[in-house]
Order: sequence, then C-alpha cells, then structure tokens
Amino acid sequence: MKKKHGVIGLIAVMMLTLLAACGKSGNSEGGASPSQAAVSESPSASASASSSESPSGNGGGAKKKFAIIFKNTGNPYGEKMMEGFKKAIEEVGGEAILKAPDQPTAEAQIQMIEELISQKVDSIAIAANDPDALQPALEKAMNAGIKVLSLDSAVNAASRLVHVNQADPERIGRTLIQGVSEMIGGEGEIAILSATSQATNQNTWIEWMKKELEDPKYSKIKLVKVAYGDDLRDKSVSETEALLKSYPNLKGIIAPTTVGIAAAGKVLTDKGLKGKVQLTGLGLPSEMAEYIESGVCQWMYLWNPIDVGYLSGYVADGLVKGTLTGKVGEKITAGTLGEKVVVQDGDGTQIMLGDPFKFDASNITEWKSVY
Amino acid sequence: MEPRVIPNKQEWSWRGFVLQWEWLLVVLILIVFALNASLSEFFLDYGNLRDATMGFLDKAFIVLPMVFIILMGDIDISVASIVALSSVTMADLYSHGMPMEWAMMVCLAVGTACGWINGMLIVKFKELSSVIVTLATMIIYRGIAYILLEDQAAGKFPKWFKFLGWDYVGNIPFILLVFAVFAVAFGWLLHKTAFGRKVYAIGNNATASRYSGVEVDRIKVVVFTLAGFMSAVTALFLTARMGSSRPNIATGYELEVIAMVVLGGVSTAGGKGRMIGAILAVFLIGYLRYGLGLINVSAQSLLIILGLLLIFAVAIPRLKLLRSPVRKA
Repeated sequence: MKKKHGVIGLIAVMMLTLLAACGKSGNSEGGASPSQAAVSESPSASASASSSESPSGNGGGAKKKFAIIFKNTGNPYGEKMMEGFKKAIEEVGGEAILKAPDQPTAEAQIQMIEELISQKVDSIAIAANDPDALQPALEKAMNAGIKVLSLDSAVNAASRLVHVNQADPERIGRTLIQGVSEMIGGEGEIAILSATSQATNQNTWIEWMKKELEDPKYSKIKLVKVAYGDDLRDKSVSETEALLKSYPNLKGIIAPTTVGIAAAGKVLTDKGLKGKVQLTGLGLPSEMAEYIESGVCQWMYLWNPIDVGYLSGYVADGLVKGTLTGKVGEKITAGTLGEKVVVQDGDGTQIMLGDPFKFDASNITEWKSVY
Repeated sequence: MEPRVIPNKQEWSWRGFVLQWEWLLVVLILIVFALNASLSEFFLDYGNLRDATMGFLDKAFIVLPMVFIILMGDIDISVASIVALSSVTMADLYSHGMPMEWAMMVCLAVGTACGWINGMLIVKFKELSSVIVTLATMIIYRGIAYILLEDQAAGKFPKWFKFLGWDYVGNIPFILLVFAVFAVAFGWLLHKTAFGRKVYAIGNNATASRYSGVEVDRIKVVVFTLAGFMSAVTALFLTARMGSSRPNIATGYELEVIAMVVLGGVSTAGGKGRMIGAILAVFLIGYLRYGLGLINVSAQSLLIILGLLLIFAVAIPRLKLLRSPVRKA
C-alpha cells in the first residue's frame, strides 16, 4: 500500500510544482515587473487573507489595477491592442492585467469579468464578443465600483461608461480624399468602390468624402461614380472592371472596405494598370501587402490597434481618477495621442481615436504579419 | 469448481475506505485551495468563492447524467449542442412574443426531445457507436440553432429571469441549491435503486445483462433522455447568466463535462466509478480554473494544466494496476 501512497504523494508534488510554475508564467505575461511585485507580495499578505477588502481599492499608495479583456487568444490584432493598453497604463503608473479567453465566447468573458471583480481591479476595458450578453456581468462590476469601458467592439450603452471607437468617420472620409488627391496630382476622375449600398459605416465615410471634395482645392477632381461590390470578392472584381470600362480616363479608386480594396488591387495588377489608375482605401495589411509592395496601391489606411489600446488605457485611467465620467463634451489628454473629446453614440457615448493609420511601402512588411 | 461469488455490497474496511479515488480528489481540492490562497489574497473570501461557484456550476448539471452514460460505456458529445438548441429556441420564442414561463417549458421539452432522439438512434442502430451517433446529432442540433438565429443574438429577457443565473437564496447561490437537489437525486438513482445497478451491469457487460433480463435498450433511452433534459437545465441557467442567447453558446462544454466525469474516476471502459467522484471533480476543476484566473494565468497555460490533470487522472488507475496485479485475487 505504500506504493499507492507514493503515487498520491507524487501527484501532489507534481501539482505543486506545476501550479508554482504557472503562477510565475502568469505574472510575466500579466504585466511585466509591476505585477510581479504585486503578486510576490501576496503570500505574506495572504496570512490575513480573510480581510481582503483592505488593500488595493482605497487608493493609498497601492498601484491601481487596470484590466483589459480581448475577444480571444492568439489574435495578433488583439495582442497589438493589449500591447498599446499596457503601454498607456505603465505611463500612468498603473498595473495592467491582460486577459483573453481561449474561445471567442461571451460566457468565457463573463467568467473573466468575475475573476476581475474578485481581484478588485479598478477598471475593466473589454472588446466584447457579444454586445448584450455581458450586461449582467458588467453591471455587477460597475456596482462593485469598477469603471467599465469597451473598445473596438462595443457593448450596449447600459453596460459601459464610454466606448473607445477605432476611428472618427470624418477623419476617415477626409483623409481618403486627401490621399487620393495627392496620388493623382490633384486632378482627374475618381470613383468609389464601396461595400453594400446600406452599409452604415461606409455611407458615413462617403458623406464625409463628398464634404471634403467641396473644398475649392479639389475643383479639378471629379467623383464620377460610387460602385457597390457588396463586400463580395467576385462582385467587387466585376464592379472594378466595369468602372475601368465605363470611365477610361479614371485616375483613382477609393475603396473604403477591406474586401473592395483587395479586389481592386487584383484587377489593377492583372490589367497592368499600375501607375495609370491609383488605388487607396481601407485595407488589411496582410491582404494588401503584395499590392503595396508592387506599387499598385501606394498607400492605404486602417486604424492602428496599438493606438486603440493606448487610448483605452488613458480613458480607463481618466475614469478611475474621476477626471472622466463618460459624459458628452468631456475631454481627456491621452499621452502621445493628444486631447480627445467624448461624443454621443446612439444611447451611449464614445471617444474616437481620430486619424486612420497610414500603411505604405515603408511599414507594410512590419504590419503584414500582424493582421 | 467453486462458483465465484460477487458480493452485493463490498465489505467495509479501513483500507478500502482510505484508498478510494475520491480521497485523491479531496486531497487535490485541498491542494488547489492552499495554493490558490497563497498565490492570491482574493481567493479565500466567502463572497468570491460563492460567486465563482455560480460561474462554473452551469455545466455541472450535465455531469450528473453523463456519469450514467459513461458508466454504461457510452458517450454523448452532443450535450453542448442540445444546450445551444434549447437555449436558442427559448430565446427565439420569447422574442416572438411567447410568455417567458412557456418559453422555459419549451426549452426543457426541446432538450428532453433531443436526448430522447439520441437514445432512440443509439438503440435502433446498434452497429453505430454512441460517439458516431452523437457526433451526427451534435452537428445537426447546432445547425438548427444556427438556422433559427442566423448568427444573431436574441434575448432581452424579463428582469426576473436573471435570478436563475445571478441571485442568492439567503447567502447561497440559487444555482448551487438546485444543483444540490439534482445531485442528491441522481446519486440516489445511481446508488440506491435497481435502475442504477442495471446501469453498472450494462457497463460491465451489456450482452450478459441483456441475456439476464436487463432491459438494456429502455435504460439507455432513459439515460440519454435524462442527459437531454439536464442539458436543457444547463441552458436555462446559462442563458439567464448571459442575458441573451446565440447559436455558439456553450461551445466546448461537452469536452469539459466529459473531462470532469473522467477526472471523477468514472472509467471510460464502463462499469466503474461513482457519482460523488464526478461531483468532486466539478469543484476541483472549477476552483482550479478560478484560482488560476485570479492570478491571471493565460488561457493557453490554463488549458495545458487542465489537460495534464486529465492525463494524470487517466494514468493513475493504470499505474495501480501495473504495480499491484494481486488486486483481483
């Protein structure tokens, strides 16, 4: 029978080492040096574990804890976002906790929210897997005094104080016109290849493009057509071909959709129109790298996930400090990003990141592996 | 030759008592508690532990009938899809104007029906193993859920519905009370009734049981139907917790449930294991996950740890057999 006890003992030892090991790995991922310090202190504190309300919450000298939950692990876009969040939190002297579930589901995120409530964090920023399903959990967090904000993918207005939006529609629209104008030398015919005719995002952007075009400096640029590729690859290809046929003098195409811009890039490459018809828009670096490297599309835009995270970090800090409550018109200075304003968004409020991020030949190699 | 007598009840001895698999689980739970408490100051807190329990108990309802299924040497991998289908049906009906009470009844009915279909298919097509049958129904049930909601979420349930997933009776989570009632009922069914003995008999040798007059088919259908019903109970609590339902709800639950049952000492070969073991395993995995979550271990490392734990669970009985082959004598 000793053997059996031996086996049990063996398992116990293995479990111990295993847990100790993961404890360590968790720290190093959780937030570099600050969190390590925090966790390594805890064994001594655990002697008085039952009185756990005491430390972190009430300010004092303790570091504030800011958590971010992304949709799921292994998503490079999300990891860049968390990287930016961590950077901001380190700048404001807080401790960043980065979390993401293994499955992109709301129930996994609920569990993580519970864990964070238990840890008495000061703030939770979340990129939601479901806008409504997290409401009970996030309301519980807010009732516990935790400041909740969403970023990238919003939760409903009742579940958050404020949302951090990737990009300001006005900036997207205006920047795209400025970009294409520079590419075609300020004169000639241009066309827009959009998603569906009802797509809210794209339509808002196109409105802003038209407003920008009213500026007298674009008097020689003529928008000849808005085509709709419905975000389908083959339809976008045939719409691009139709544009090229109907408007032989076409100088530039703006595709404010990742599907459209990739399809247009393919058509322009196949027809050997590089340099004759310019292309820009909103695209995924991974899909657009070959066209940017070949020069078919000199540059394009999308938001920078690092900045989305970075801004969220400062917003979280503002909410915790009380300088921000999520009301329209409030202002926050977000580190290197400068001042941002809270604006209305449906029932709730949001903060816009602002300028879309420019991808060109100089940085595309770095980004194409990211997302 | 002396006929071998298999005692109805094993004789009680200190040795047998101490060397039960379940004690290992108790020891592991204690280790998990001790470690978690030393790693995070927030672990040993009644409120936190109580709320963590609310978080992981939803799938525990399926663990109870799954013990029966695995004891019979079968498996049911469609349970998570049943959760999804019954939850989505309930949400869809409610959003189309059906009163919530009725929608909940339909949810239970849908789950029960799904389980019954599983059972009937397994009994009617004996050449197909239960893995294949439930693999097929797993895809079908989840598929219907997607047809109903088309990757949308439905919800906006009445306020009182949230009670199931988030509230307490006194200071005890409602879900824990319900689970306790079901656990006692299933434990009684397995260990104190003829039905339970027959389940063990089928697991040890289905053919011999059939020739001995055990109504194997009927019992299998009943057990699979129970699994369907309990999946619907999980669906109720999970949906209440989420506040809305979508077709990808409960993804991966079937594997977690099976892992808990196996860790609880129920042999996948059938015929061996007890209810209490599986219930202990639910709490072991639940608190382990929660504790690791408190110290913010990444999701990948967490999966690896749970996987290792499962391998230990499957490997240890083998170690025992290898080292003491005299056991049977």
